[in-house]
Amino acid sequence: MLATFIQRAVMQGIPLLFGATGEILTEKSGNLNLGIPGIMYVGGISGVIGAFFYESSLASPEDANAFLAISIPLLCSILGSLIVGLIYCFLTVTLRANQNVTGLAITTFGVGFGNFFGGSLIKLVDTDIPSISLTTTSNFFRTTLPFADSTGWFGKIFLSYGFLAYAAIIIALGCSFFLNRTRGGLHLRAVGENPATADAAGISVGKTKYLATCIGSVIAGLGGLYYVMDYANGVWSNDGFGDRGWLAIALVIFVMWKPKSGILGSILFGGLYIIYLFIPGLPLRTQELFKMLPYVVTIIVLILVSIRNKKENQGPQSLGLSYFREER
Amino acid sequence: MNKTKNHEPLFHIVKRDSLPVYKSWGIRIIAILAALIVAGVITMLLTGENPINVYLTMFKGAFGTSRRIWSLLQSLAMLLCVALAVTPAFMMRFWNIGAEGQVLIGGLATAACMITLGDKIPNALLIIVMIVASISAAAIWALIPAFFKAKFNTNETLFTLMMNYVAIQLVSYFEKLWENPKGSSNIGIINQATHAGWLPTIGNFDYLLNIIVVLALTVFMYIYLKYSKHGYELTVVGESENTARYIGLNVKKVIMRTMILSGAVCGIAGLLLVGGTNHTITTTTAGGRGFTAIMVSWLAKFNPIYMILTAFLITFLESGAGEISTVFGLNESFSDIITGIIIFFIIGCEFFINYKLHFRSSHKEVK
Repeated sequence: MLATFIQRAVMQGIPLLFGATGEILTEKSGNLNLGIPGIMYVGGISGVIGAFFYESSLASPEDANAFLAISIPLLCSILGSLIVGLIYCFLTVTLRANQNVTGLAITTFGVGFGNFFGGSLIKLVDTDIPSISLTTTSNFFRTTLPFADSTGWFGKIFLSYGFLAYAAIIIALGCSFFLNRTRGGLHLRAVGENPATADAAGISVGKTKYLATCIGSVIAGLGGLYYVMDYANGVWSNDGFGDRGWLAIALVIFVMWKPKSGILGSILFGGLYIIYLFIPGLPLRTQELFKMLPYVVTIIVLILVSIRNKKENQGPQSLGLSYFREER
Repeated sequence: MNKTKNHEPLFHIVKRDSLPVYKSWGIRIIAILAALIVAGVITMLLTGENPINVYLTMFKGAFGTSRRIWSLLQSLAMLLCVALAVTPAFMMRFWNIGAEGQVLIGGLATAACMITLGDKIPNALLIIVMIVASISAAAIWALIPAFFKAKFNTNETLFTLMMNYVAIQLVSYFEKLWENPKGSSNIGIINQATHAGWLPTIGNFDYLLNIIVVLALTVFMYIYLKYSKHGYELTVVGESENTARYIGLNVKKVIMRTMILSGAVCGIAGLLLVGGTNHTITTTTAGGRGFTAIMVSWLAKFNPIYMILTAFLITFLESGAGEISTVFGLNESFSDIITGIIIFFIIGCEFFINYKLHFRSSHKEVK
C-alpha cells in the first residue's frame, strides 16, 4: 500500500519536476514564464505527433526499433517546446512585451494547440485508427530498470519507472549544479537579479535570457512528453494533462527556486495530488477539497517566505521585468 | 560618428516619446490585419478552403442570426466586465491573475443564496442578498492576496494564481454537495420551477440586463480611473511606489482598497453569470475569462473605452473560430490557436509603438 502510494506519487510528481526545473531555470534569468502549462501541452502533443507518424509508418508493431521509437518523439517534443519558447523569448526579450500577458497568451495557444492536434490528428491523416493510442512507442518509454519486479517494495519505489523519470532527476540535479557551482550559472543568476549590473559586467543579457528560457521550455516540454508516453500509456486525451502546468509553477515557489529541493517537492506534490485516492471512505465531495491541498500548501509557503523575508529564499529580484538598457 | 565602425550593430533601439493616436492605432490595425492573414493561411492549410470563405464563415458565425448577435454581445459584456475588474489592479502594477477565482467565488455566493434562501424570503429581498453576498465574497477573496502583498510584499501574481485553483476546487465541492438530481455531480438549473433569485429580464431579451450593467460599469470605471482621487492615487502607486510614499499616500491602503474594488467587480461578473444567464454554477462558469480579460485590459492600454473594442475583437475571434471549426469539421480548440496567434501579433506590435529602430547609416561609411 505505502509502496504503491509512493510509486504513484513519484509518477504524478515527475511531470511537475520537469515543469518546475524548466521554470526555475527560466525564472532565474528574470523571465516569469506563465506559458509553462501551454509549453507542456505542446511538448506532449509534439511527441505524440512524432510517435504517431512513426507508428503509422511501421508495417507491424514488431518492426519497431527501440532507438527510433524513443528518439523520434523525443526530438519532436524538444523541437515543439523549443519553438514555443522562442516565441516567448522573441516577444518578451527582443520586443520587451509584458511577460504576464505573453505567458498567458502562450498558455492559451499551447493548450489549444495540444487539444486541437490531439483531437484532429486522426481526421487530418485519414487513417482508420479509432483513437490515438501509441502503445508500441509507449512501451519503450515505459521500459523499467531491471529487477523492478523481483525486488519487492524496493523495486517498486526505486526501479519501476521509465527512463524519463530518471532523466528528470538527473536534469534537476544538473540544473542545481549549473546554477550554484558554475560561472554560467552565476551569470544567469546575475541577469535575473539585476540585469543592468550584469550588463555592465559584460554579460549579454538578451543571450542569457534566450538560452535560459529556451532550455527551460524544452525541459518543461519533456514533462508533457513523460505524461503522455509514460504515465498515460501513450493515450492522448484532451485536457488530460489538466492543471499540472500551474502546479509546476506552484512547485517552483514551494521549493523556493531550488531545483534540488524540487525532486522531493515534486514527489510530495504528487502525493498531495493523489492522496484522496488512498484515504478510505472519503465521500466524493470531500475528495474535491483534498485536491486543493497542493495549492493551499503553496500559498502558505509563499506567505511564510515573504514574512521571513530572507534574501536567499526569495525569487530573483527582477523577475517579470523586461530589460531595456537605455531606460534610466 | 565614425568610431569603431566594425562594431556598430546593424540597428539600435530607441525609446519613442509618444506617438500620435492615429499612428499607434494604425500600427495596431496593421498588426491585426497581418495576424488575420497568418491565421487565414493556417486555416487554409488545415482545411484546404480559400481564406475568403474562411472569413465569411467567421462573420456568419458571429453575426449570422440575431440570436448569435445577442450571444456575442453577452460574451462580450461578460469578458468586458472581468477586464474592467482587473484594470485598476493592473494600473497599480498589481498583477491580479486571480480574476477567474474571484468570478467563481462571486458566482458561488450567488448560487448559495439562490439554493439556501430561494422561496424562503421574498424574491426582491433575495436578489438584494445575492448582490451583497456575491460582491462581498469576491471582494474578500481578492483582499486576501492584497493584504499579504501590502503587509509582507508577498508575490501577488503567484498568490492570485493559486487562489484560482482553491476557488475551482471549492466550487467543485459545492457542486457535489448541492447536486441535483442526486448522483449527477451537477447543480443543474437552480429553482427552475419558481425562478427564485433569477435576475429579471428586460423585455424579451435575456442578455440585455447584463449588457446594460456592464456598460454602466464601463462608464463608472472610466470616470473612476480618470477623474477620481482614488484613480489618481492608484496610478501614482503604479508609476512609482516611492513617489507615492513620498507624497504621503498610504500605499498599503491603496493596494487593499483597489483590490477590493477589483474583486467586487469580479463578483458582479459572477452574479450576472449565475443569477442572470446560466442559473447554475460549474467549475467552468468563469470559462477562462479571468485570463483572457488580462489580455483585453492590457491590449486596450487600461482604457475602459478601448476595452470595448479589444473585448469585441477577442469575442468575435472566438465565436468566429468556433464556427470555422464546426463548419470545416475541426476541433473546437482551433479558436484558441487563432486567438493565440492574433494576440502574439498584437503583443509584438506594441514594441513598434514604444520603440523605434535606428538602422546603421551604411551609406556614410566610405570605403
